[in-house]
Amino acid sequence: MTTEIARHWRLNSQRYQLVGEVCPKCGVKMFPPRDVCLECADDTRQPDYQFSGRGEVYSFTTVHNAPEGYQESTPYTVALVKLEEGPLITAQLTDVANSEVEIGMPVEMVTRKLRTQGEEGVIIYGYKFRPRLSVAG
Amino acid sequence: MPLMKPNIDVGIVGYGCYIPMYRLPAKEVNRIWNDGQGGVPIKEKAVGGPDEDTMTIGLEAARNALARAQIDPRQIGAVWVGSESHPYAVKPTSTIIAEAIGATPATQGADWQFACKAGTETIQAGIGFVAGGMARYVLGIGADTAQGRPGDALEFTAASGGAAFVIGAAEESLAVFEATYSHVTDTPDFWRRPTTHYPSHGQRFTGEPAYFHHVLSAAQTIMAELGYTAQDFAYVILHQPNRKFPERAAAELGFEKEQWVTGLLSPVVGNTYAGASVLGLTAVLDIAQPGDKILCVSFGSGAGSDAFVINTTDRLPDKQKSAPTTQDYINRRVEIDYATYVRYRSKLKMH
Repeated sequence: MTTEIARHWRLNSQRYQLVGEVCPKCGVKMFPPRDVCLECADDTRQPDYQFSGRGEVYSFTTVHNAPEGYQESTPYTVALVKLEEGPLITAQLTDVANSEVEIGMPVEMVTRKLRTQGEEGVIIYGYKFRPRLSVAG
Repeated sequence: MPLMKPNIDVGIVGYGCYIPMYRLPAKEVNRIWNDGQGGVPIKEKAVGGPDEDTMTIGLEAARNALARAQIDPRQIGAVWVGSESHPYAVKPTSTIIAEAIGATPATQGADWQFACKAGTETIQAGIGFVAGGMARYVLGIGADTAQGRPGDALEFTAASGGAAFVIGAAEESLAVFEATYSHVTDTPDFWRRPTTHYPSHGQRFTGEPAYFHHVLSAAQTIMAELGYTAQDFAYVILHQPNRKFPERAAAELGFEKEQWVTGLLSPVVGNTYAGASVLGLTAVLDIAQPGDKILCVSFGSGAGSDAFVINTTDRLPDKQKSAPTTQDYINRRVEIDYATYVRYRSKLKMH
């Protein structure tokens, strides 16, 4: 469990604030952060970039047989979300019925519980996406 | 003079709220436990989804407050969260929120508890912290995922929601605190011991010696000390465990319905505990005009009330639409049945 804690803790800025990187050479924005630019292979240190959290559903699937730690949430929908800034990221959708998810649906990032490590363990928080409030009306 | 009034004026630079989208109608609770017979204290209550807790609620409210404040979060000198449902018994909620909004590491973090008035305590302390020059801004949050024991009277109303306020200098503020006052006594009307999940309460004892004594005393004292009557206020917000208590208390103080109806959300949201009075305040700030005078009085069991007289400024209208309004969240509504509520709030024990 202690190595798990360190692994999650290192991802705090990614998971809480959607912090990725922007390539100083070609300007492409990346999430999660990479050592080498995916577009131009530049390997100089990339500055942090905080994504807006806005995007749209690129594709999705509903999970009925969940991996360990996520069984309590089934059935839930996992989507590939195309962020406004370009990257595709994988995340759970929340605050939406599984039957109402559509490709192209505008979504926004929220911070929610991803899972808990049992009754006595830590609570893992991170990004999920929900239908955009301003659009959902 | 019993009032707390800083030597320099301090106000609200940004505010925000969050209410989960699920609603449990009170008639559904009545169907399960009372065979559908008898009256219900509210129409429905807000219920957090399975991935929501006081941290996630407080964080979304905080992000909305920052969207209105438009400040650098690294200038927030303290992040304080008042709640009676912190996700951990030991480990602060405040550090998670501080990290998520980008206020860490040079900030003060603390969790507060005083039943339903833990949120307004963070605001009072924030006024002092800012006025004393200890911080440029303080983020004060009141949020809860209140739990009522299945079958208990509290189950009709115990709800989820919260509000956040960026406290700062008056010249940057959309509303300025004229004064605040606290009235506390040792009155055990409602409590929860450390290892128990659900709170206990003193039935009718929660009324006269607890809610009404403290709310009315705090309101009457701050109004008398400042020389105001009910007619001087555009809006009044009182802690709202149900609909009946705040309506009766406001009427006893001389207020009319049009002064309290905007900030009385319990009929459609429930009692969000540490979020309750402050959610009423965000609903008022969403529609108030510059120059409006607001009275806000919280109540926390155990027991005490914090009263605030707040005057809105010319900065308010530009900020109102910078984040979702309280009504936006109230309108975002999905009705659930009791079984779904049991699952979402982890009331189902599998042996």
